[in-house]
Amino acid sequence: MKTLGELDYSVLQQCIHCGMCLPTCPTYAETKAERNSPRGRIALMRAVADGELSLSKAFAQEMYYCLGCLACVSACPAGVDYAELFETARAQVEEERVLASPRRDFIRWMCLRVVFTRPRLLRLVGRLVWLWQASGLQSVFRKCGLTRLLPASLRNLEPQTPAIRPRFSNQLIGEVERPKGPLGIRFRVAVLTGCVQDLAFPEINRATVDVLLENGCEVHTPPVQPCCGSLHAHNGDLGSARALARRQLDLIDPRAFDAILSNAGGCGLHLRHYDRLLEDDPAYAPRAAEWSRKVRDIHEWLAEIGFRAPKGGPAAGSVTYHESCHLCHGQKVSAQPRSVLRSLPGVELRECAESSWCCGSAGIYNITHPSTSASLLARKLGHVAATGAQTVATANPGCQLQLENGLRSRGGPAVRVAHPVVLLAEAYRAERDAAAFAGK
Amino acid sequence: MIEALRSHFSPQDVLTEPEDVIPYSFDGTAGLRQTPLVVVFARTAGDVSLVLRLAREHRVPVVTRGSGTGLSGGSVPVPGCVVLCLTRMDRVLGLDEANLTIRAQAGVVTQTICDTVEAAGLFYPPDPGSLKISTIGGNVAENSGGLRGLKYGVTRDYVLGMEVVLADGTVCWLGGRCVKDVAGYNLRDLFIGSEGTLGVITEVLLKLLPRPAARQTLLATFTALDTAAQTVSAIIAAKIIPCTLEFLDRQTIECVEAFAKVGLPGDAEAILLIETDGHPAAVADEASRIEELCRAGGATSVRRARDAEEASRLTTARRSAFSALARMRPTTILEDVTVPRSELAGMIRDVEKAAAAHQVQIATFGHFGDGNLHPTILTDERDADEMVRVEAALALIVEAALARGGTITGEHGVGLAKRRFLRRQLGEGSYELLRTIKRALDPEGLLNPGKIFE
Repeated sequence: MKTLGELDYSVLQQCIHCGMCLPTCPTYAETKAERNSPRGRIALMRAVADGELSLSKAFAQEMYYCLGCLACVSACPAGVDYAELFETARAQVEEERVLASPRRDFIRWMCLRVVFTRPRLLRLVGRLVWLWQASGLQSVFRKCGLTRLLPASLRNLEPQTPAIRPRFSNQLIGEVERPKGPLGIRFRVAVLTGCVQDLAFPEINRATVDVLLENGCEVHTPPVQPCCGSLHAHNGDLGSARALARRQLDLIDPRAFDAILSNAGGCGLHLRHYDRLLEDDPAYAPRAAEWSRKVRDIHEWLAEIGFRAPKGGPAAGSVTYHESCHLCHGQKVSAQPRSVLRSLPGVELRECAESSWCCGSAGIYNITHPSTSASLLARKLGHVAATGAQTVATANPGCQLQLENGLRSRGGPAVRVAHPVVLLAEAYRAERDAAAFAGK
Repeated sequence: MIEALRSHFSPQDVLTEPEDVIPYSFDGTAGLRQTPLVVVFARTAGDVSLVLRLAREHRVPVVTRGSGTGLSGGSVPVPGCVVLCLTRMDRVLGLDEANLTIRAQAGVVTQTICDTVEAAGLFYPPDPGSLKISTIGGNVAENSGGLRGLKYGVTRDYVLGMEVVLADGTVCWLGGRCVKDVAGYNLRDLFIGSEGTLGVITEVLLKLLPRPAARQTLLATFTALDTAAQTVSAIIAAKIIPCTLEFLDRQTIECVEAFAKVGLPGDAEAILLIETDGHPAAVADEASRIEELCRAGGATSVRRARDAEEASRLTTARRSAFSALARMRPTTILEDVTVPRSELAGMIRDVEKAAAAHQVQIATFGHFGDGNLHPTILTDERDADEMVRVEAALALIVEAALARGGTITGEHGVGLAKRRFLRRQLGEGSYELLRTIKRALDPEGLLNPGKIFE
């Protein structure tokens, strides 16, 4: 693993500290302290690389105070590769165990090494949580005030537990599904179902397959998929991230497909970088390069193949779009989800202020930094409410959970949170239903 | 000093840990770094006064700073100094629509000023490249310029009054809301562009204009630098004063396009970005005359921005020029020599000669309309040999600008970067007068010492 000191120095030097990143950084906006800004963090990384600053606890905490939203990357005219700097810094912090404590070590080991490397175990955990929720035990537990028995940190997190769905992606989607429409088979694609998405939002995966079928794609969805490793890479565990990437490449051969599709902003960004992640692995590097060439975000792919605009649709009214950071800043996919939304008949897209400002979900940031996360969420919900839209569309499970939790605890008029592809699938379905009705 | 500050300020306003102060060891200038002793955030003029009195008592130098985007090292710390940071003094204190003024604390971001007045149909014209994050106090202290200098002037032309804290902690007001005011010496102007060496500006009162009803942006492409320069002369000779008349050379175009992707031509040697504003009929008329003049002057294409959004994308792209050039080489040194407009074409040739003579890579862009050039040296600060050549080329450029009746700095200030050339430009008498003023206002030499003067 490379440390900051071993990194190509020009990556650090690329930052000319002009300050263009400052107005786009959510943590700098919170504190107005340079250390909490991108150029401030890069200055600290450079000081570490130069041996002027030790790898201190304060440095480590700063690397984790960063949301990793990459808004600074969009703003940076000099083209600084902040993502690489930030992942390297976090990996070095973990390698040298700067923040290590028995509790933190256990949680990290449990999540990164045990649960999120074993897809069947993750589904089992999901199934248990579902049982807890579906049996009514959770609501009894909540109503009786038994949550008070939990330690404070868990008590605050408990209401954020995602509602687990009764059926996961593999129960909703066939391994291979072929389009039936007049278009025939135009493309062969693979769909990645994700981890949280698979348990909490499998209907988004189903909708993804539906819209692909509607547009002439033969869809391959392996029923048991490993985690893509994004969680690991963003949290300083590049070793596990590499192992998971290799497993993914073993499972899905990129040469067999026209595109490999992700519908989650955070995963998609990481999936695109398999080439860089495995560049030093001679056995996997060529396949990883092919993979990175073919990974697409679902909206990007729909735009690329010229998706068909639905003719009918639910009277969805007004919708606003919240951009997943890793989709817009990381993957630069910003216009395409909007064109999906604009294609929906009878739907008005109302832009909200700061649509590409982080909602505070940021992976597990809402768990590690609850107060900053809550403040970002309040800022986001304020802008959403100002549009008066009935639906917020967003394309990342973390954002969707964060927004749903925020909207629920805030009360007020009911606002639905939905993935753009779910809305598109609904519109295609409404179109079919209308045609069937007319046929009668 | 640190103890004294701690006893008066809340903990989050006094920073001393290395992780907290290292990020304050630089501004936007390349190659200059110095870690300060302590960073203190003031929230009121009273806080500033207190810091200055404590500094005097402990004989500690004070470097005032806003967002740290300066380009001459004006807010780079000096050894053992207090960095007095004003970014948390960020309240807009009042928009006066009857007198067309706005009053704001020094730490308000320039963009916030622009947005606030625009919402009321008004206009604050100075637009330095960093306006999205630079503070208004920093703009006044550096007398910042921007893209609209040709028609609207610079920051100085919009400052009606200000509150300053003097070296001994005295708080005073200079200037006021009257358009005409000849009571006493014009001390307000003394503080504009004083770079934190005479006192600390804590509040400003700015003059506003009605917002122009219409704008049109044009982009003209040329195959040679000279024809672009001649076209600029032709536009001015035709008695048209566009609000913006920007120029980018081939290297700059490439870098800006790589970042901004606004469709700048890949095969041009030079482009002119021209904006005219005012009454819709006047704008329409000027835009077509400018277009004709460009075509007559040999432009290979002239493109008009379709709407406000495209226009704003083009100007934003231009604003990113300096930072975008950092893509080429590790170190980017931005110059801002300025010459009388008539000397521009010659000055550009002088820059090319300097680059060739010392074998350094220089990209040039700038404000063609007001003679303010930005030759940008693309280099690597770790290469000692190359840095010697860079210094030599820089000296040649400065000499050439002075020989053409120009100035060593049009809008970035003297700071650390230009102080070795100042005496040469001003001459003995006027340089000494500057020093006399500095000594009178800061007898202990604690306010941003080492800046402006060697």
